[in-house]
Amino acid sequence: MDAFQWLYSDTVKDHFTNPRNVWNPDEVFVADAEGVVGNIKCGDQMMFLLKIKDDIITDLRWKTYGCASAIASTSMLSETVKGMEIRKAYGIKPADIAAKLGGLPGNKIHCSVLGDKALRAAIDQYLEKRGRAGEFKGEDSVVICTCLNITDKDIETAVKAGARTWQDLQEATKIGTVCGGCKVKAEELLHEFVHIYF
Amino acid sequence: MKDFVYMDYNATTPLRPEVREVMTAAFDIYANASSMHEAGRRARAEIEKARASVAALVGAPDPGTIYFTSGGSESNNTVFMTMYDLGRKGARRKILTTAIEHPCVMNSAAYLAEEGFPVVYLPVDSCGKVDMDSYRRELTPDTLFVSVMAANNEIGTIEDVREMAGMARAQGAFFHTDATQAVGKIPVSVTDWGVDYLTMSCHKLYGPKGIGALYVRKGAPITPLVRGGHQENGVRAGTYNNLGIIGFGKAAELAAVDLPSFSARVRNLRELLKKELTSRIPHVKVNGHPTDVLPNTLNLSFPGAEGESILLSLDLEGIEVSTGSACASGSLEPSHVLIATGVGPELAHGSIRFSLGKYTTEEEVLYVAEKLPPIIARLRRMSTLSPVAPACAN
Repeated sequence: MDAFQWLYSDTVKDHFTNPRNVWNPDEVFVADAEGVVGNIKCGDQMMFLLKIKDDIITDLRWKTYGCASAIASTSMLSETVKGMEIRKAYGIKPADIAAKLGGLPGNKIHCSVLGDKALRAAIDQYLEKRGRAGEFKGEDSVVICTCLNITDKDIETAVKAGARTWQDLQEATKIGTVCGGCKVKAEELLHEFVHIYF
Repeated sequence: MKDFVYMDYNATTPLRPEVREVMTAAFDIYANASSMHEAGRRARAEIEKARASVAALVGAPDPGTIYFTSGGSESNNTVFMTMYDLGRKGARRKILTTAIEHPCVMNSAAYLAEEGFPVVYLPVDSCGKVDMDSYRRELTPDTLFVSVMAANNEIGTIEDVREMAGMARAQGAFFHTDATQAVGKIPVSVTDWGVDYLTMSCHKLYGPKGIGALYVRKGAPITPLVRGGHQENGVRAGTYNNLGIIGFGKAAELAAVDLPSFSARVRNLRELLKKELTSRIPHVKVNGHPTDVLPNTLNLSFPGAEGESILLSLDLEGIEVSTGSACASGSLEPSHVLIATGVGPELAHGSIRFSLGKYTTEEEVLYVAEKLPPIIARLRRMSTLSPVAPACAN
C-alpha cells in the first residue's frame, strides 16, 4: 500500500470518517471496566470502556486524542471484540487489526497500537477488581512499561517479529514513549531476546 | 470551485503560467552556458539576465553577488560549510542560530556542534521572536557567525534581521539569513538589512523546484560545497541548470513587480480566514506574532483535536494544509517551532498551518471556514482531552 492510497482504502476511510462505538459524551454508559493509555506529550491518548457479562464483552465505547490511523484501527478493534470472550480479546494484536484494515503504511503501525493497549488495560482492570489480576498474562510474564502495560512477552513477540533496535521496539510497541523509565530494563530484555532467537 | 483548495503555499507553489511559458521556450536553450561558441554564449546571456532579476528582487546592486544553487537547503549548507572551514582555521568558532530554524540549518548546526564548534540555539518568545537579551548575551567576541531566518515557515513570524545583523557586524561576526519564506512575500533587501549571506529558493515564488540562490556580500568568504569546474566563479560547480535558472529569473522578475499588490491581497484573505475560523470555532489559539507575520501564513491550534486527523479530514474535503503534529512527521516529536514558543505539546500536536498564495480566492477561504468547524467539533467530541481555552494574547 503506497503513501497516496492508504487513507483512501474504503475500509480505512470508512472507519476514520464514521468510527464505530465511539463514546459520545452525552450518552450515559455505565462501564464495568475502563482503560486509559498514552500521553499527550506523544500526541495520542486512548480510552476504552467495557461492559462485561460472564467474561463476554457485551458492549463497549472508546475515545481518543489521536491520528487517523489510531481512529480507524480502534474503530475496527471495537467492532472485532464486541461480543468476544475477554481472554480472546486480550490476545488480539495490532497486526491483526491492521490486516483487517487492509494494511497500514509502516510509519503508521505505531499509531495503531494504542487501541489494543487500552483494551488490555481495561480488561486488566476488570480482572483486578475480581481478584483475577494477571490471569491472561501467563505466569512468567512481567510488566516492564507500567505506563503502557507492556510486558516482557510483548518485547519477546516484537523481537520475533523483527525488532532489533530500541527504535524498532518503540515502533512496534510504543514502549517507553510516556515516562521512559523502563528504557534500561527494556533494552536489556531486547538484547537478550535478540541474542536468544537470532 | 476547483477540485482542490490548496492552502500549503509555504510548502511549495505551483508554476505560474508566465514562468511555464518562458521555461517551455527555454527547453531549446540546451547549449552548455560555459561553452565559448555562439549557442553557449546565448545560453550564458540568458543566465546572466536571470541573475540580474534575482539580484534585483533582494536588493543586491551587483548581480555578481548571486550564486545559483539547487535550492534553499544547498544554499544554507554552503554557508555552514564556509563557517566550518573558517572556524577550523581561526580562533573564532562560536555559532549562534535559533531554536526555530528549518531542519537544513538545524542539522547543519548540529553537524558543526559534533565537530566541536560551540553552537547556541537562541530561544524565542511566545510569538516566535528571537529573545534579544539572549542574543546580546551570547554575541561574544569569539562569535564567528550568526544564522537567523528572516521569516518562519511554520508560524510566519518575521525576525528583526536588520537589527540583529547590525549587532553581529559591530561584533565582527558574519551574519546569514535564510530568507526562503520571506522573499516574494515581504520586502527583502540585502543592503538595507546588512547581511553577509542570504538564502533563497525559487519554488516558493511560483517558479520551478531544484533551483535556488545564495547571496554572498562582496568580500565575504565562501567555500564551495560542490567542487568541480569554474561555474559560478568556482563557488558552485556543475553544468548550468539553464531551464531552472531561466525559470527562476522570470519568477523573480514577476515577484518583484507583484509584491505590493500580492501582499495586500493575501493579507486581507488571511485576516478573513482568521476572523471566520476564530469566530466559528471555540477555543482557537493563533500561533505566531500578531503583527510581524508573513501576510500569507496563519497557524492555528485547536486544543482537543489532533493535527493529523484534522489535516486528513480536510484532505477528504479537498482542502490541503499542513500540521505540526508528530504523527504527520513520522516521529514522536511535534513541531520544534511551536514547542520553542512554549505552547506545550497538546497545542503543538493540534496545530494547522494555512499558507495562502497568489491563487487563493475569497470563495476558497469561505469554503474552508464552512468545512473546518464541524471537523473540529467531531474530533473534539471523540477526544479524551477537553478543549480548554488557552490564554491567548493575540
